Amino acid sequence: MSLLLRAGTEPAAADTEAVSKRPGTRWVPTILLVLGALYCIAPVLWVAIAATKGPGELFTTFSFWPSLHGGFGYNLSHLFSFGDGVFVRWALNSLFYAGLGSVLSVAVSTIAGYALAKHRFPGREVIFLTILAGVLVPQITLAVPQYLLISKLGLVNSYWSVLLPSIISPYGVYLSRVYAAGVISDEMLEAGRIDGAGEYRLAWSVGLPPMLPGMVTLFLLQFVAIWNNFLLPYIMISDDHRYPMTVGLFSMLHQGASQPALYSLVVMGVFLSVLPLIALFLFLQRYWRLDLVSGGVKG
Amino acid sequence: MSPVAKRSRPRTGSAPYVLVAPAVLLLVLFLLVPIGYTVWLSLRASRVTDGGIGPRVEVFTGLGNYLSVLTDPGYVSGLLRMLGYGAIVVPIMLGLALVFALLLDVPRVRFGRFSRIGIFLPYAVPGVIASLLWGFLYLPGVSPIRDVASAFGLPPPDLLGPHTVLLSVANIGVWGGVGFNMIILYTALRGVPREMYDAARIDGASEIQIAWRIKIPLIAPAVVMTAIFAIIATLQVFSEPATLQPLSDSISSTWVPLMAIYRDAFVNSDIHSAAAASVVLALGTLVVSATVLTTLQRRAYGRDR
Repeated sequence: MSLLLRAGTEPAAADTEAVSKRPGTRWVPTILLVLGALYCIAPVLWVAIAATKGPGELFTTFSFWPSLHGGFGYNLSHLFSFGDGVFVRWALNSLFYAGLGSVLSVAVSTIAGYALAKHRFPGREVIFLTILAGVLVPQITLAVPQYLLISKLGLVNSYWSVLLPSIISPYGVYLSRVYAAGVISDEMLEAGRIDGAGEYRLAWSVGLPPMLPGMVTLFLLQFVAIWNNFLLPYIMISDDHRYPMTVGLFSMLHQGASQPALYSLVVMGVFLSVLPLIALFLFLQRYWRLDLVSGGVKG
Repeated sequence: MSPVAKRSRPRTGSAPYVLVAPAVLLLVLFLLVPIGYTVWLSLRASRVTDGGIGPRVEVFTGLGNYLSVLTDPGYVSGLLRMLGYGAIVVPIMLGLALVFALLLDVPRVRFGRFSRIGIFLPYAVPGVIASLLWGFLYLPGVSPIRDVASAFGLPPPDLLGPHTVLLSVANIGVWGGVGFNMIILYTALRGVPREMYDAARIDGASEIQIAWRIKIPLIAPAVVMTAIFAIIATLQVFSEPATLQPLSDSISSTWVPLMAIYRDAFVNSDIHSAAAASVVLALGTLVVSATVLTTLQRRAYGRDR
């Protein structure tokens, strides 16, 4: 491999300009990357194909060949009528938990990050250190005590029980602080103060606009984290009308262990549940500032 | 503050406290209080008095729960299995992520956009859904992997058997995590000015030499960070084995510590053991990630500075 790579660079070694202009594809890296992509895409492709198969065909026909015998329509209509349309309920619940939870989380993280980055006040260091420690404590080990706490508050099995713990993200506050320190100009804040603007107005009109790209990134990270969360709703919610999609499909698989006919519906559910996040990413990918996560924000 | 308060310039005032208040309140409520409560619960136990006929009372047991958790064969084998799982997933996932990021950064690679989005795709798939998906790919009767093996005249592998199931679960972890880490590392690589490599190219360095000697040291901080988050995520493995459980007899109800904690807390109603095990798991994660952080940081920065 190293020989192949070197063969591509040597003739250009004398001239930097030629490096970028030389034609010709590097095939070894290209092939490795395409293989990696196929490994990642194949299971999703398989589930799309398997979703076209009716309950009888799933176990009998060759896996990577779609079925054209109306299995797709059958699975779709049976999935939507399963448990009086509870699947749609799960999808809407997921959207609700992830949508509202991530918006609130971004709001809380952004204002806290701004204050921690741009204000000097007693207690700041303690708060920031607590947040750093919070980043390192695995949230999921707190799920059981959070359950006990939520049950003391009488909120178990309510939408609140999943929503409230999802709002706080120590990592989100940490990233917001780093981002605010990088992008908000101290001179503009100072100028605003001299002009007599109040602190809240300054936060709104000087602090907020440059933070927007970072907020979109945080929103996506948090949306995915809540959408993908399983243990928290699994512990908190017992009424299947409040399940998010992850817990719903999990419970369906458990029923499928005794009724294999449900498997083809689960496959369809898996296929449908993958679509919204892929759409969200393709739509929002231009706004994604991942240098925020890789530590490259310099402002 | 109204515009009337001109020039009084309260440098701090109440504003920063108001701004951090929601975060601090939620942090206390859903992080600090649960941590404190867990520690308190883990030091107590529920005992039946009067030789089993009296009422249940809570008593202080000190480290008794910790002792029973650490000597419970279910927890111990779960902990070891989780460490084995981490030892497989973290290096393979980060190794692949780093290789893919470096390959994407090589000039004149075709289909770069396709590969980048393709490898990133599993990030959009929740762990439970990924496990359902791979579960079907492993399941005898549905599995295309077994179909392919049969087509080549090989015996179809038992992907959910006692010897293979750990690898099968690890594969789900790797599949789900490679893309996100690759994007983080690739973003870090794109942040490096191109001129950094020009001199090396003029001197005739190969892309592999450039990657090894220049690119990897430059993005070392990002590598350290992805490693820490990968470790934390790995030690929380729960949804993958829990989802595969109905498909495989080889996954017990205490297969990994979180499954055992769940069983203790919600099936056996032994909240005190569950609390002690949670503390052990959280402390263990903290120790492992802090150790890795300091070692990697020394290796990442020690040589240059």
